[in-house]
Amino acid sequence: MHDDLNWAIGGEAGDGIDSTGKVFAQALSRAGRHVFTSKDFASRIRGGYTAYKVRTSVDKVQSVVDRLDVLIALTERTVEENLDELHEGSVIIYDGERTEFSGFEVPEGMVGLDIPLKSLAEDAGGALMRNVVALGAVCEVAEFPIENLDESLRKRFGSKGEKIVENNKEAARLGADYVDEHYADDVGTLDYELETTDNDYVLLNGDEAIGMGAIAAGCKFYSGYPITPATDVMTYLKGRIEEFGGHVVQAEDELSAINMALGAARAGARSMTATSGPGIDLMSETFGLVATSETPLVIADVMRSGPSTGMPTKQEQGDLNMLLYGGHGEIPRFVVAPTTVADCFHKTVEAFNLAEKYQTPVYIAADLSMAVTEETFAPEEFDMDAVEIDRGKVVDEDEISKWQNEKDQFKPHAVTADGVSPRAFPGTEGGVHMSTGLEHDDLGRRTEDTDERIEQVDKRNRKVETAREEEDWSPVEYGDSDADTLVISWGSNEGALVEALDFLEEDGVDVRVLSVPYIFPRPDLSTAVEDAETTIVVECNATGQFADVIEKDVLERVDRINKYNGVRFKADELANDIKEVLA
Amino acid sequence: MSSDVRFTDFKSDKQPTWCPGCGDFGTMNGIMKGLAETGNSPDDTFVVAGIGCSGKIGTYLRSYALHGVHGRALPVGTGVKIANPDIEVVVAGGDGDGYSIGAGHFIHAVRRNIDITYVVMDNRIYGLTKGQASPTSREDFETATTPEGPKQPPVNPLALALSAGGSFIAQSFSSNALRHQEIVQKAIEHDGFSLVNTFSPCVTFNDVDTYDYFRDSIVDLDETEHDPTDRDAAKEKILDSEKEYIGVLWEDEDAVDYNTAHGVEGNMADIDESGAPEGATDLVREFY
Ligand SMILES: Cc1ncc(C[n+]2csc(CCOP(=O)(O)OP(=O)(O)O)c2C)c(N)n1
Ligand code: SF4
Repeated sequence: MHDDLNWAIGGEAGDGIDSTGKVFAQALSRAGRHVFTSKDFASRIRGGYTAYKVRTSVDKVQSVVDRLDVLIALTERTVEENLDELHEGSVIIYDGERTEFSGFEVPEGMVGLDIPLKSLAEDAGGALMRNVVALGAVCEVAEFPIENLDESLRKRFGSKGEKIVENNKEAARLGADYVDEHYADDVGTLDYELETTDNDYVLLNGDEAIGMGAIAAGCKFYSGYPITPATDVMTYLKGRIEEFGGHVVQAEDELSAINMALGAARAGARSMTATSGPGIDLMSETFGLVATSETPLVIADVMRSGPSTGMPTKQEQGDLNMLLYGGHGEIPRFVVAPTTVADCFHKTVEAFNLAEKYQTPVYIAADLSMAVTEETFAPEEFDMDAVEIDRGKVVDEDEISKWQNEKDQFKPHAVTADGVSPRAFPGTEGGVHMSTGLEHDDLGRRTEDTDERIEQVDKRNRKVETAREEEDWSPVEYGDSDADTLVISWGSNEGALVEALDFLEEDGVDVRVLSVPYIFPRPDLSTAVEDAETTIVVECNATGQFADVIEKDVLERVDRINKYNGVRFKADELANDIKEVLA
Repeated sequence: MSSDVRFTDFKSDKQPTWCPGCGDFGTMNGIMKGLAETGNSPDDTFVVAGIGCSGKIGTYLRSYALHGVHGRALPVGTGVKIANPDIEVVVAGGDGDGYSIGAGHFIHAVRRNIDITYVVMDNRIYGLTKGQASPTSREDFETATTPEGPKQPPVNPLALALSAGGSFIAQSFSSNALRHQEIVQKAIEHDGFSLVNTFSPCVTFNDVDTYDYFRDSIVDLDETEHDPTDRDAAKEKILDSEKEYIGVLWEDEDAVDYNTAHGVEGNMADIDESGAPEGATDLVREFY
């Protein structure tokens, strides 16, 4: 009996694919099952192929695999698009009454369930509910108690009134009954049974986790400009952050967004913006100003395929060099790279502390596949009680005198041993000062004095050195710590890699995995590389930007696995890639 | 705010490096006096400066301040004002800074009606980069980069502001010290976005829009029958390209400023340092 299921609904954008998928994913999660979702979507609002995929198991699932067990195909193209993931025994649910399916042939070896989705939906109260009819059918196929859908349907349609909720429940039941009546034998042989448990899970995506992390960290100001796949951070915060005394501004562009966030940060707010590659480009000039004026700021880059507008709805980890080196001149910064959806929460909280402790900009290097992926977690993984707030060297009226020169002028850029200067918010008596993107003295006044220039550059860079010593930049380790093969990954590849370990183990391949959530500063991996016979760096880009960085650090060549077709790594595929490198 | 603040409290100890006679001196003095007269203190004031000769004002003025990048001063001021509505925010910059590279931000700051005072030191030229045409330069103004003149009409910042729904639109002349100060004061007192386009002649690179030119051409609205609450009258004057008006052209006293409209209040610098804010756990619950 199979308890694992890879399920998808696909059709045209505008067909309600996402919300249908989400209803089912939520139902599974509420029933105590693990869920991992992924989306295939094109950059258009109506028309164009789009699909929402759900992988579920009672055990933790944290990546996608090359396998589709049940497919709701709203269009014939959906079948074509997924043919290579479908397998012998896969179920295809379609509506044969639709003209486009009139000559449709179910691929050999697969089980076709021809269900009059639209007519049944009409029977339940409206054609719009055809997706829900299909969901009911999936419940029947997978032996998942249909009552589990009810709460998700209420969550989705509750605002439209009880009648609509009831109609949807009815639609689902009609779908299930139809399968039971017409296809009981076919379905019986498939032998699925999705077990429910008492486990308590939450289901969320990376953008939402970043937003929740921001609120948890006390962020009060967010300014952003819509861009796929970062927009959900703003959507999440809007309407929520206000409850916590905060505010969201939809700026006129990214230049404005980062400058507003900078202004709010100068006023003392914990402040943030999020964007994707093209927005990071636009923010670069101000990024330097943020660093030079020593303003704490959190900037999330939810990466997508580049360069230029590239493939806006596809995965890539191609902005790393930009985050590490972008901006003219030399800019001290931090770059953290969350490795999972839950880690998006933690790294965001951490980013605010780093930003304020060291008065520097902090990049969060997230990416599309993690940002739009919903994943189940135990709620304890988002432990609000564990959140710590460190505002760094904020000074008040009383403390200010220690930081004044003989003329009672506050020294916002005082040269200190750890590189961090005092910070006074506007409104604080005696703390008056100016900051500027021009090179300045410790009072913030423009200078071209050679000694002062060096003092300030060294002071700013010293913050990074201090942080290197004071903070824990360790990678997360998986697999066999004595293995000869070392696989290094950063960002969202962790889940696929962890699952790949199972496939590799089956083939007797031992691997040590180091998943690196800090790019700058980053852990010292030289000993790990020295100990390994083979080191492979896995990343979603063509040139191996992180591999380059590692080579520079360890002065040794490393092997690379790069994927840049726009699709995230799949666990089984990654296992094969690793075997190939070792062959 | 303390009432015994004098305008010299707003003076930093840095000596301006502006060319002797530059219009920016007078513009800055008016801002400092206006701030002091309206009861603000340097501790409660934030000045954001743009880039250009004009942008150097942040260095000479004493207050909390940021001297930002070219054209982006208004968004910075917006962020400050939203994060702490109790702070008086003044943004100052040049015509190039505000109407060229920052033109987009200008329109949107006006639309937002964020309560900041924006003083543009309009010298109708790029000063700091040594004399190229600016968006307010005349059509036939010859410079090294426009040897035959820009051959495009100058931007009319007042018209832009009016069309974007501006709630306070004024023009001023740096050399009319008292009048300039008075206009800036009114701008500071206005609840909402206030534009004060200030003629601040560049004595080094602009030999057309000079002190003499302005002295001869300016019409002070106080010496006319102009009613700043009459939008049509304002429109007529703003679109009159033959004259150089100074004074308050338009003030919409009923306009609701951004923070009020969005219910933004309180100082966002105050956060609970003991951990996640109260109620944050409910956020996790939403994902069930
Ligand atoms: C992104 C960017 N582009 C160009 C410059 C160069 N630059 C400095 S000041 C300036 C023009 C300033 O003109 P304006 O705003 O009219 O000020 P003024 O110097 O006349 O007071 C330019 C183009 C810059 N600093 N940054
Ligand atoms: S160049 Fe012109 S604008 Fe700049 S300081 Fe000199 S006079 Fe003033």
